[in-house]
Amino acid sequence: MNKMTEFRKGMYHGIPIGLGYLSVSFGFGIMAVKAGLTTLAAAVISASNLTSAGQAAGVGIIAAGGTLLEMALVQLTINLRYSLMGLSLSQKLDRKSFTLLHRMLVSFGITDEIFAVSAGRKEKLTPWYMYGLITVAFAGWVTGTVLGASAGQLLPQDISAALSVMLYGMFIAIIVPPSRKDKSVLSVVLASAAISLLLRYVFTFVSGGFAVIISAVVASAAAALLFPVKEGEE
Amino acid sequence: MQLVYLVAVMAVVTYLIRMIPFTFFSRKIKSVFFRSFLHYIPYAVLSAMTVPAIFYSTGNMAAAAVGTAVAVILAYFNAPLIVVALAAAVSSYAAGLFF
Repeated sequence: MNKMTEFRKGMYHGIPIGLGYLSVSFGFGIMAVKAGLTTLAAAVISASNLTSAGQAAGVGIIAAGGTLLEMALVQLTINLRYSLMGLSLSQKLDRKSFTLLHRMLVSFGITDEIFAVSAGRKEKLTPWYMYGLITVAFAGWVTGTVLGASAGQLLPQDISAALSVMLYGMFIAIIVPPSRKDKSVLSVVLASAAISLLLRYVFTFVSGGFAVIISAVVASAAAALLFPVKEGEE
Repeated sequence: MQLVYLVAVMAVVTYLIRMIPFTFFSRKIKSVFFRSFLHYIPYAVLSAMTVPAIFYSTGNMAAAAVGTAVAVILAYFNAPLIVVALAAAVSSYAAGLFF
């Protein structure tokens, strides 16, 4: 197998992801600057995390002056899904070319969209294909963050405010279609939102980061008991 | 200084969550409960992060609510991610001109 061909194929498949990330991370950059971070800090966070929900929650914790423990627990919960995706992808790897070092490097780039594209591939996954995919996605994510953070300081207040809704728009685009297809996913989404509202307006002593953890864990555990996912249904 | 530590913790925790299972596991998870729990977690996390935070994201709750409604409707009809995100921003901006 040709390394360069694989890398190029990965880059090609990564273009839609990179373009999508460019616009969404633009929203993240604006949000980060609004929370009081510098453009450099926003870029460092994007380059070292490469994840939307975790970064948005992380910036919220930084702005609220949260603790290191809160930060660690929030990232653990929000990004736990990457463990599952990693487990799933580990079954699809081309074992000969995927050495330990390649696994450790490629794992950095497991995101929802990269998982979706690579999991949908028929062929075994090679490190070079994954590097191609990740390179384009990473470039889009970091560039968008820098542009958004810079624009956040330049754009009129009402425009940058409207753009900061984009990240949440993306979350909605991810959760609504599966909720439409699957009643159990819909009930998880509604239950989690209801608990989140309860914590926000009634049990107000719970901080934002922990509220996300509690809502997500309670709703998912209840659904796992009530609607267990059967083999091959995932 | 606290900022540096927070950013470092964020990056290290996120990396380890991705790296450990991908690098060291190749067996399948057997527990139905745990598999189901992991299946539901992404949706639950995103839902709790969006509600009610999205309504406070623009500083104008009515305008943000319009953006939310537009996003939900477009997502319901399977519009691409980028379209949903941009439409939410444009519609909440437009609504902000009236409310």
